[in-house]
Amino acid sequence: MSFLKIENATKSYGNLEVLHRVDIDVEEGEFLVLVGPSGCGKSTLLNMIAGLEEITSGTIAIKGKPMNGVHPSKRNIAMVFQSYALYPNMSVGQNITFGLEMHGTPKAERVEAMNKVADLLQITPLLDRKPGQLSGGQRQRVAMGRALVRDPDVFLFDEPLSNLDAKLRVDMRTEIKKLHHKLGTTIVYVTHDQIEALTLSTRIAVMNGGYVQQLGTPKEIYDTPANLFVATFMGSPSMNLLSVNIVSDADGVYAETTNGLNEAVRLKFPDPSAALKSYDGKTITLGIRPEAITDAEGADRNAKHLEEVIGRVIVTEHAGSDTFVTTSLGGNECNARMRSDVNVLPNQDVPFTINMDKAIPFDPHTEMRIA
Amino acid sequence: MSAVSTDTAIRTGRFSRTLIYLILILFALFYLLPFGIMVLNSVKPLAEITGGNMMSLPDVWTIEPWKQAWSSAQIGVEPTGLKPYFWNSIKMVVPAVTISTILGALNGYVLTKWRFRGDTILFGLILFACFIPFQIVLIPMARILGIVGMAGSTSGLVLVHVVYGLGFTTLYFKNYYQVFPTELVRAAQIDGAGFFRIFWRILLPSSGPIIVVSVIWQFTNIWNDFLFGASFADLDSQPMTVALNNLVQSSTGVKEYNVHFAGAILAALPTLLVYIVAGRYFVRGLMAGSVKG
Repeated sequence: MSFLKIENATKSYGNLEVLHRVDIDVEEGEFLVLVGPSGCGKSTLLNMIAGLEEITSGTIAIKGKPMNGVHPSKRNIAMVFQSYALYPNMSVGQNITFGLEMHGTPKAERVEAMNKVADLLQITPLLDRKPGQLSGGQRQRVAMGRALVRDPDVFLFDEPLSNLDAKLRVDMRTEIKKLHHKLGTTIVYVTHDQIEALTLSTRIAVMNGGYVQQLGTPKEIYDTPANLFVATFMGSPSMNLLSVNIVSDADGVYAETTNGLNEAVRLKFPDPSAALKSYDGKTITLGIRPEAITDAEGADRNAKHLEEVIGRVIVTEHAGSDTFVTTSLGGNECNARMRSDVNVLPNQDVPFTINMDKAIPFDPHTEMRIA
Repeated sequence: MSAVSTDTAIRTGRFSRTLIYLILILFALFYLLPFGIMVLNSVKPLAEITGGNMMSLPDVWTIEPWKQAWSSAQIGVEPTGLKPYFWNSIKMVVPAVTISTILGALNGYVLTKWRFRGDTILFGLILFACFIPFQIVLIPMARILGIVGMAGSTSGLVLVHVVYGLGFTTLYFKNYYQVFPTELVRAAQIDGAGFFRIFWRILLPSSGPIIVVSVIWQFTNIWNDFLFGASFADLDSQPMTVALNNLVQSSTGVKEYNVHFAGAILAALPTLLVYIVAGRYFVRGLMAGSVKG
């Protein structure tokens, strides 16, 4: 029995269905991230778990108990909001204990719980201040304290880091991850930031247009995306998509395209699936992540099959730890990730090494991965 | 080059500033003149007014007219002064302002944070109250007061003013709560606070400026109201404004202008006081609603 079970959940506003038959099972202690572009329905789903929005059809159950129609305060959940939603007229301490007070916890217990949480989050010196006197990071901590103090079954986070500056965001990200390791609580976390999704989660649900596009571990999502949307949404810079022809002969299956000098090249698939073989003679979309196109020295030595292709350098961008090189492949611009000290200049023709283990074929019509 | 231009900038600045201040002082004097004359003549014996220049300073200073206006002037048939009517007004204004403000706040809270089907139409209808002239509601109101048995009483007047003021207070609080973050209400819901608890503990403590606006607006309107007071009050529940009218309009005896002036100032004092005490919040509160929304 899963801890949080979302079964066939849909949400409609009038005749407009915004969330279509969502099925997600979350085990106890899991960190599930709902990720997707704005308007994909991820926040709606979170609000439905919280009870702030009604479920149109289907069920959401926590610990085996269906939660349809149960008031938010009776679901034993806690939520951290994007704007933190701290009560401006109350001190930090009062903010943290307000929920306990509403549930009729005696004062002594409230104070004890508050001190424990304040200690855990290192906000003890702030307890008497008002939210207006706190910095963004401190408010974030208080908001988490308010959620933690209730000791809920499920934590819900609604884009909690999007109001922080870049550096603080990374720090708080690590902190949330540490907290999850330490407390082992079940978390559902909404974000539009794919880096947050990949780094924090134990599982990710990628959403778009009210559908769950793919549900899986970060590695599954990144390495074997179910469709073109997931492939291009996750990963930065995003995956290169090439239009290639499939040709097969006695030696194997190849993707036929052109290199930077407009010469035909063949890229061999190391172990092609039966499905891919059936595309013989047809055009498919081939997805290759930037880190799978490198200079020869930077290539993965354990790769089963590497292909070397000459390409003309269009632009180079030094990003400190890496150099991103734009070239063209099959007539499209294509992003390659090279070592930072690589010496390439625009308009040079240089060899690019493609790790064919990481090349993912997609059907251009259904946009699904060919597997 | 730049030094020269800065120099002239300062000189023109000083010149235009002097001009602006001169004009402002002139206007201020112009507007203060009537009030000044009222004050001057309220501390003169009647003989000085009838026999001489209204504009001159009094030869003999006296507070006798004030005492008379307050406690012994002839109002209607009784020589009671304005005192009992002042208390009538207080007994009417305080509950009417309190009730209409609280109800307005609740309306605003419901209309913004507990939206329901048809709430916009309902708000539109409530808003209608702001555009209906006093005179139109006189007869229906009299009928209703008669039916509920509150005609000619202070509580009847309170009811009239609450009903009439509700449109305005609802409008103020709705606009104010419109920009109040809904996430706070949701957080409180998850924390387990109910409808009134959220209102009392979360929204109301943050509503200071708009409460001041509502109180000033309602206080001024209700205190200064003459029409409802004259139409719906009995002799023992007449407000200050009606009594002042009776004092000034009395057709028997000598017209005691000094007493009339003193009475008029007395009638205006409470609103003046409310403005002085809470006035700076008034503008602040009006801005808070409009700028953010």
